Amino acid sequence: MSFDVIDFLESLFKLTVADYLRQVFGVPEWIIDVVQIFILATFLLLNVLILIWLERKLISRFQDRIGPNRVGGRYGLLQSVADALKMLTKEFITPSGADRIAYNLAPFIIVVSALLMWAVIPFAPGVVGTDLNVGLFYILAVSSISVVALLLAGWGSNNKYALLGAFRSVAQLVSYEVPMVLALLIPIMLAGSMSLQRIVYAQEVWYILVVPLSAIIFLISALAELGRTPFDLLEAESEIVAGYHIEYSGMKWGMFMMSEFINAFFMSALFTTIYLGGWRGPGAVEYPLLGLVYFSIKTFLILFVLIWIRGTFPRVRIDQLLNFNWKFLVPITLVLIMAVALIVKLLPDDVSSWVLAAVLFMANLAIGLGALEIFRRSAHRQRQAVEAARNPGTAPVAGTSPEAHSAPASAH
Amino acid sequence: MLSDWQFILLFSVIALVFPGAPILIAQLINPKKPNPIKQSTYECGVETVGDTWIQFKVQYYIFALVFVVFDVEAVFLFPIAAAFNQLALFAVMEIILFVVILLVALGYVWRKGALEWF
Amino acid sequence: MTVQQVVFIIISAFTLLSAVIVVTDRNLFRSAIALMASFLGVAGLYILLDAGFLAVAQIIVYIGAISILIIFAIMMTRRMMQTVESPFNPRPISGAIAAVGVCALLIFIAVSTWPDVEAANVSDIVLRGSVSQMGLFLVSPDAYVIPFEVASVLLLAALIGAVAIARPEKDS
Repeated sequence: MSFDVIDFLESLFKLTVADYLRQVFGVPEWIIDVVQIFILATFLLLNVLILIWLERKLISRFQDRIGPNRVGGRYGLLQSVADALKMLTKEFITPSGADRIAYNLAPFIIVVSALLMWAVIPFAPGVVGTDLNVGLFYILAVSSISVVALLLAGWGSNNKYALLGAFRSVAQLVSYEVPMVLALLIPIMLAGSMSLQRIVYAQEVWYILVVPLSAIIFLISALAELGRTPFDLLEAESEIVAGYHIEYSGMKWGMFMMSEFINAFFMSALFTTIYLGGWRGPGAVEYPLLGLVYFSIKTFLILFVLIWIRGTFPRVRIDQLLNFNWKFLVPITLVLIMAVALIVKLLPDDVSSWVLAAVLFMANLAIGLGALEIFRRSAHRQRQAVEAARNPGTAPVAGTSPEAHSAPASAH
Repeated sequence: MLSDWQFILLFSVIALVFPGAPILIAQLINPKKPNPIKQSTYECGVETVGDTWIQFKVQYYIFALVFVVFDVEAVFLFPIAAAFNQLALFAVMEIILFVVILLVALGYVWRKGALEWF
Repeated sequence: MTVQQVVFIIISAFTLLSAVIVVTDRNLFRSAIALMASFLGVAGLYILLDAGFLAVAQIIVYIGAISILIIFAIMMTRRMMQTVESPFNPRPISGAIAAVGVCALLIFIAVSTWPDVEAANVSDIVLRGSVSQMGLFLVSPDAYVIPFEVASVLLLAALIGAVAIARPEKDS
């Protein structure tokens, strides 16, 4: 076959460029892989600039102000570019006594691990970096590696605040990895595989409609894993001044910020792949480009939800954070796993996927509401106990009592 | 199968370029004026007193420990979940037994007050 | 020299180098980081052996959980910012005897069984590394379900024991 522009454009449209190049030019596999990786990584890095701008604009609108509106026209479109250029020209101030290897290695590892996770996400039917049969498991492994980068940064800075911040970050990340991992078990059970492309193929009904509780738990743990509000106490300027990246300046600090945004985008992409059907949509299989479009729309939608949450909720304290995780999220996720396993096996095999979806949806709703009810009752009991301790003379009236309502808000 | 992982290896090697390039560019064009005050450890503006050591609470260790247990549990549950479609109802009972034992473990740790952050 | 051999040599060198650093470095934290690096190398070796699931499980459990636990334990018992720990064993003679003994044992095992090792009669599915096959084995009554359940009891025991030892005192 010889090179033909029409065929090339057609393969571009059908997203089968790799096959076309292989047929026409006999390009070896690894060169095509290298080009794919370059395109993906460059896109992600440039996307960070867009995401930063988007977040600043949206947060400012949520806060009833305008946001960047000077650099690059009325909407401040080039603001992130200006910021990136500024960061390039800042001096690298290495603190005295810092361990050179650990201090310099940390920004590299954290960005590399953020990028590596993207190797297994399916963007369109047939378009995936590498469809590992342990795809979802691999993603968890790479996020474990980014935890190591945090420790390197904290210790390499030779600064006790950095070290303390790093340990608290690690405690938070490590705690919330448990409900995330357990919640991810449920789509795997439903789809019968850990490979992300197969999970997308198996979603005749989007999993968010089948197991909404699992989606919510995953979203909450993803927020905590990303270190975003309401779980961003480690970046809170008033608390520990910037945690593990205090001693980083200029582009090295920029690496930490970049990894945070790449991760946020990745969690949105992962959520759409697992719960919103990834690239699925009308006509996606015949025209893979449409699949890519659907995927992008859904991912940006979830990203918008993440930014929206940031603009809405206050920050939680670290003990509230850890209590919420171990005493609420983990038990409810384990119960959910058992319930889903039981229901899927108890229903006859040939029931249609919509019926299965409806039954599981009801079960999810029941478990979620039941858990909230138990939580509410125990919180009520705790409030009453605090009240009784404060006013030993007054016996609390059964039901609502005015003292119980005016109990201090910090009772936990 | 191995070719899947070759892609990952290639990816990790190339991905090193992407943090490397900005840092390299920055290294070339940024000013270099080290002086001891700039490089002193940050301590909210005061001089560091004493050696750098921190008050390490045992809570960190306990949370890491509980995490290890649940991590191993998850590693066991993953292949079972992947094989779920081919399992019989009896297997679900075994899964439930496994999860219940670990819920009991969590409950024990909770009761003993080891999950509090002081 | 195929690409696979080159990769194997690089990964093995990396693993061995990290292992040497673990044992000889004066700074405990740096030893812990080198330990993580050696775990990473072992995961690479698992991948070369076509055991993708095991490699990923190694990274998740060893690097992501156990190493962090080790670092926290080091933090609790040492003043980490100070580095002086002598890398040398205070009892060199017994150490040398133990090292020579273990080395001789390993060489004996390798030499005596190596020529006779044949590929075990594993079914083709397992050799191709199917994860669902592993899952089936873990819960089928005539395979590994008893060790599977015993593992959960083991985890329960570990947690109870650790909490009993490490529980914070009520007056802290």
